Amino acid sequence: MKPPEANILPVEAPPENEDELTGLPLLHSWRSVYLFVFGCFVLSVLVLLALTVIYS
Amino acid sequence: MNFLDLAVLVCSMLAIAAYGTWHTRRHRDLSHYLRGDERVGWLTIGISVAATQASAITFISTPGQGFESGLDFVQNYFGMPLALILICAVFLPFYRRLNVYTAYEFLGRRFDAKTRLLGASLFLLQRGLAAGITIYAPAIILSTVLGWRLDLTIIFSGLLVIIYTVIGGSRAVSLTQKYQMAIIFSGMAAAFIILLIKLPATIGDAFTIAGGFKKINAVNFSVDPHRRYTFWTGLLGGLFLSLSYFGTDQSQVQRYISGSSLRESRLGLMFNAVLKIPMQFFILLLGVMVFVFYQFEPQPIFFNQSAWNQALQHDPNGKLQMLEQEFEAAHAQKLQFIRQWLDAKHNGDRAATATAQAQALAAFDHSDAVRAEAQTVMQANDPGVKSNDADYVFVSFILGYLPHGLIGLLIAAFFAAALQSKAAELNALGSTTTVDFYRHLIKRDATDAHYVIASKWFTLFWGLVALAFALFANLVENLIQAINIVGSVFYGVVLGLFLVAFFLKRVSGTAIFWAALVSQALVFILYFSLSISYLWYNFIGCAACVLLGLAIQTAMGPADKATLASVP
Repeated sequence: MKPPEANILPVEAPPENEDELTGLPLLHSWRSVYLFVFGCFVLSVLVLLALTVIYS
Repeated sequence: MNFLDLAVLVCSMLAIAAYGTWHTRRHRDLSHYLRGDERVGWLTIGISVAATQASAITFISTPGQGFESGLDFVQNYFGMPLALILICAVFLPFYRRLNVYTAYEFLGRRFDAKTRLLGASLFLLQRGLAAGITIYAPAIILSTVLGWRLDLTIIFSGLLVIIYTVIGGSRAVSLTQKYQMAIIFSGMAAAFIILLIKLPATIGDAFTIAGGFKKINAVNFSVDPHRRYTFWTGLLGGLFLSLSYFGTDQSQVQRYISGSSLRESRLGLMFNAVLKIPMQFFILLLGVMVFVFYQFEPQPIFFNQSAWNQALQHDPNGKLQMLEQEFEAAHAQKLQFIRQWLDAKHNGDRAATATAQAQALAAFDHSDAVRAEAQTVMQANDPGVKSNDADYVFVSFILGYLPHGLIGLLIAAFFAAALQSKAAELNALGSTTTVDFYRHLIKRDATDAHYVIASKWFTLFWGLVALAFALFANLVENLIQAINIVGSVFYGVVLGLFLVAFFLKRVSGTAIFWAALVSQALVFILYFSLSISYLWYNFIGCAACVLLGLAIQTAMGPADKATLASVP
């Protein structure tokens, strides 16, 4: 009797190297994407901190 | 609301639901029903992830949070971008590689069946509790303010979402969320613009007033563990909360594992990582601007006018009426000082500015104390009354000051927000029940068509459970905090299970199973014993689960290699 998992039609995944490409301009690796996101987070915190300091 | 508002509300809700149901009524197989179309791109995933998290509680309650406490709640989301990066780098590749339907399937492959069932059970318990809150919460507020019957409001919104989620599955959820988010963002943007136009002060002066009344308090580096929202609770506690919610909660996992490729799923999550903090900031800022608005306009002493009117009828000494008059007088005096403050600021007179600001702050403290006393008297006269009215602030503003048509759009936005997160929750509850319990334990060898029908029945079951909970529940405190508290009590332990699964290969299923049970009990005990910020329970639950897992495995001796499943 086959386990139920074997009945699943597998999702056909693209070749691994396609997943390694971000498809984004300037941000060609996932590491650069993560750094960009982290940079956006730091910028958000700095803007919020500036607002807090200016208006407190 | 008038006929135009009602027409906008009813037509938009029914049109989206009908379109979603019709367009997704056919399903090829179980994968298609539970994971949707494999051509789903990053923008659909990104919107779906955002929509699943942003329920009606976000859009009704968060502005109220901003009105009462200012911007500090934004810190709650500081951990989220970092959590999403970790999920993209570690969790997501595992889920895609193993081609799982649910996050708990992964636990089964890594550990054993009992750990899989434990993870799935904790999810069903936590999400099942939350499901009732996310139907009840907007319904109670809207029915109170609009005068609708609460039970009919709950039933209307609940049945609508059950119908299209049961029929259309994951695809219906994603499709309807796109249009619902469009309504939400256009409604909130319009409300923000109209508020700024109606504000009898410039934006600079509005920020000055808000800052003077300590509402521009977005970042706080305090290390006081009793303080609910600080940079540290947000970064650390919020990191663990987000890791668990986005990485292990099936209602989110199901939204992004359905991407056409790993790349599309990752980009969808990164979309959220970039936009979430600014989005929450603007929603809180809306509440802060409503606060500024009510410094110039007559502010009700209690925003839940229905409860206030009822309280007046049960006030034998006329105390509430006296407090209302005192509040109006204090408000008028405060306004006088605010005008003097702004005049002095425009004239560049620093001494006069400081004096007028101090007087305005003192007047604000006085009016706030009168408001608090009124709430105390209300509760003394009727202990069953809900004395926190923060959830009614934004709705009161909308009904009192926005034009017709836009009122309907915003009420539609609230319903849309309720439906979109509810749909994702029901879809996830149905999937987990089908895949982790029914197919795994009860009927292991049936056809795909059978499992699709079973999924539909389970989704319907959970929808009715949530409806029943909403119809008979009674809630306390600010709703957005209640939802986060329920999450924080359960999420830490579930995250601990997954972190051990990913990173600590020598821990076996038996060790982590018992560690999770003990950790969850510990979190419950601590929650009812301590008075620390609830965000810390994410960290505590996770740390306890990981450390106990290691300790128990050490006490048991090295795990048998055969019991350590190899997961690529």
